[in-house]
Amino acid sequence: MKTVFAMIGLLLLATSSYAIDPSESFDDPELQARYEKIIEEVRCLKCQNQTIKDSNAFLAADLRREIRRMLEEGMTDAEIFDFLVERYGDFALYRPRASGKTLILWIAPALFLFGGAFVMWRILRRRMAMPIDDEPAEGA
Amino acid sequence: MSRYLVPLIAFAILIPVFVIGLGKDPSRLPSPLLQKPAPQFELPSVTDPSKTVGSASFENQMAVINVWATWCVGCRQEHGFLMQLAQSGTIPIYGLNWRDNQAEAQRFLQQLGNPYVDSAFDEDGRVGIDWGVYGAPETFLVAADGTVLFKQLGPLNPSLWEQNFVPLIEAARNTQ
Repeated sequence: MKTVFAMIGLLLLATSSYAIDPSESFDDPELQARYEKIIEEVRCLKCQNQTIKDSNAFLAADLRREIRRMLEEGMTDAEIFDFLVERYGDFALYRPRASGKTLILWIAPALFLFGGAFVMWRILRRRMAMPIDDEPAEGA
Repeated sequence: MSRYLVPLIAFAILIPVFVIGLGKDPSRLPSPLLQKPAPQFELPSVTDPSKTVGSASFENQMAVINVWATWCVGCRQEHGFLMQLAQSGTIPIYGLNWRDNQAEAQRFLQQLGNPYVDSAFDEDGRVGIDWGVYGAPETFLVAADGTVLFKQLGPLNPSLWEQNFVPLIEAARNTQ
């Protein structure tokens, strides 16, 4: 029994942290960390619900190669994101920057939150105004 | 009354939002290149690697840039139409052979016919990235001054051509 539990435990420890291109690593750990972070933020346009980190579509591989080149050339993260948005549009980024076109994406959650809070406040206020001994309707 | 009216109004507002949203194909992305200068490039020709094809090839003339590859099923679908279009002489068609094998690309053109004035060989897809290509076939219409006027995703056919390209080409020619 112990062995079975040990085996299950070991299986649970195995996470899927394989690299798509094992050759793609920088000597500089700082660049590598920036690279890993950027490719997690970029959508694979061909396979839209994957990042280019997860995808092995050749377009994703090409974009990773371009991002590596730009990092090696010393471009900043913002410049790299600009490069992608200029070519593929805001949709290429998983966290689109706040511009006129994407503003609704950024304010919608707050609108829904405040809208919901407002509706709840009105319902509560009405209920508070009701007599305390108000019994539920018969048969309810 | 407002108890029913408010949710009803909210519902009435949401319905068109969903209808429009669901009617859109999320795999068809608008190109940020539209109305901007076409990206410059220069690549070896597919048919003759000693020659180059690039922005200079269609400088000062309106042209169609078609992104194609031998592995792309849609490209075979639209090939017949591209041949017709080339024969009609309406507008020069240039090819961007994207992420392909040169020998296979040459064979493709020999077997099915070559509608292109010339095709640029973009082996590693770098020019494709500059043009925002994410899936062949894609077809761009570039004005004589180098502005991108239109981008068609997926295989071309006569009705898409009539609908999307012809009005723009005529408008551009009339203002010249």
